[in-house]
Amino acid sequence: MEKLLNEFSLGLFVWLTLLFILLLLLLRKYAWKPILDAVNDREEGIKNALAAAEEAKKEMQNVTADSEKLLQEARTEREAMLKEAREIKDKMIADSKEQAKIEGDKMIKQAQATIESEKKAAVAEIKNQVAELSVEIAEKVIKEQLSNKDKQLKMVDDMLGDIKLN
Amino acid sequence: MALLLSANMFGKDKEQHSDEPHKDLKTEIKEYIQHHLQDSHDFSLFSYTQDNGEHVYVGLPLPIILWDNNGLKVFSSSKFHHGEEIAEVDGNHYKLYHSKIYKTDAQGTINYDEEEHPTNIKPLDFSVTKNVAMIFITGLLMFWLFTSLARSYAKNGGIPKGAGRFFEPIVLYIRDDIARPNIGEKHYKKYMPFLLTIFFFIWFLNIFGLTPLGINVTGNIAITFGLALLTFLITNFTGTKDYWKHLFDPLGDTMPWVAKIPLYIILVPIELLGLIIKPFSLLIRLYANMQAGHIVLMSLIGLMFLFKSWLGSPLSFALAFAISLIEILVALLQAYIFTMLSALYFGFASEEHDHHEHEDEPELAHL
Repeated sequence: MEKLLNEFSLGLFVWLTLLFILLLLLLRKYAWKPILDAVNDREEGIKNALAAAEEAKKEMQNVTADSEKLLQEARTEREAMLKEAREIKDKMIADSKEQAKIEGDKMIKQAQATIESEKKAAVAEIKNQVAELSVEIAEKVIKEQLSNKDKQLKMVDDMLGDIKLN
Repeated sequence: MALLLSANMFGKDKEQHSDEPHKDLKTEIKEYIQHHLQDSHDFSLFSYTQDNGEHVYVGLPLPIILWDNNGLKVFSSSKFHHGEEIAEVDGNHYKLYHSKIYKTDAQGTINYDEEEHPTNIKPLDFSVTKNVAMIFITGLLMFWLFTSLARSYAKNGGIPKGAGRFFEPIVLYIRDDIARPNIGEKHYKKYMPFLLTIFFFIWFLNIFGLTPLGINVTGNIAITFGLALLTFLITNFTGTKDYWKHLFDPLGDTMPWVAKIPLYIILVPIELLGLIIKPFSLLIRLYANMQAGHIVLMSLIGLMFLFKSWLGSPLSFALAFAISLIEILVALLQAYIFTMLSALYFGFASEEHDHHEHEDEPELAHL
């Protein structure tokens, strides 16, 4: 201990304290502060950059998901449209078929009706003609038959006999 | 290194003890080591003795600054001529004796007491000694190094350049592995300048001590005392309310005050003693480690002169080389430990939460 005390130099101690404090203050202002600030800034920068990258990645994922969704939507829409078109087409075909059928039936019916009426008219005509002819024939026959007396009497007898018979 | 030291060794020894009875080589080496470990008033690189017995010194004189009863005296250390002559300034005579300056008469008489201690007046010595010069050089080097590192950030877009690439990870290590875990995220910033400065200061001085110049700055008790005192002052001046409460009321609210009184008669003095012991351990640890390293290294080199055989010199060289490598590690390790423990003490001083988890504090503190 005595040796240590003997070795202790006050001058050296004072110089050391002065120089060290001076060095500490100078370095604090001109070295440590800028160094630590720079390092801090850099670390902050790295942290921010990483966060930004993460954010961008998420954004990217969102965008991809969105576009995927859009694509999906477009696809479904297209399918729906196609389906609708097909349905419309089918319906149109069916409708026109129906229409055509109805129209045809109507026309057939009309034709039939016309034919029927024509037929009736024709039959009526024929009947008239037949009646006229019959009357003419009957007239002729009667005229012939009533040309002599015998025949006239005979006919009256026949007719009377028919009536008796009836 | 060995060559330079050996040249130094012989020159110094002969010079120092030329007026004393001849000593054997062993004592000479021992005294040389003792001399080397101490501070010196001039920056000698090496010295040698010419054939005619004249000592030639190669080195730089340093300014001597004395505060005497009659004022400030400033003169060059070359006036002492390495302790061989008496310096005369303004009619006062000073003599360098065993690396200390004494006021003497014109003949340079030194009076001794019965224990062989000089009784002459010792003027207050504020000389720029070898150690002070070295601190100055280290300070300039650090200032240049770290300001250029700081500037390289601005110039280089936040990325260090050159030597900064080596020093930046160390700065970050001190921040992330010493300051942050020991002091805590909230307070560590205000201690960073001190921790960084003291780490590099001690490390650089330790390393300079291992160069052939071999200036044993950190192995000097005044230096380690100064550094530890700063740690002590910072610890206590930045101490929070909790820190002081812990000091004077270590048990807190765990028991009634009546029970605490008898305990505190013992506990509080221990806590107060711990306050002093913490920095004291710092100063002794650094001093002893660096001192011991230098002694071992010098002794191993000294062995070369004892074993004057083909076996001894290579062996002592190999050993000295191995120890040098270890010393390089120790230089870093001691700087790290000093910084680490300072950070730990600052951590105690700035803690703000409950104290119970730090019941093992004394064990930690006496590492």
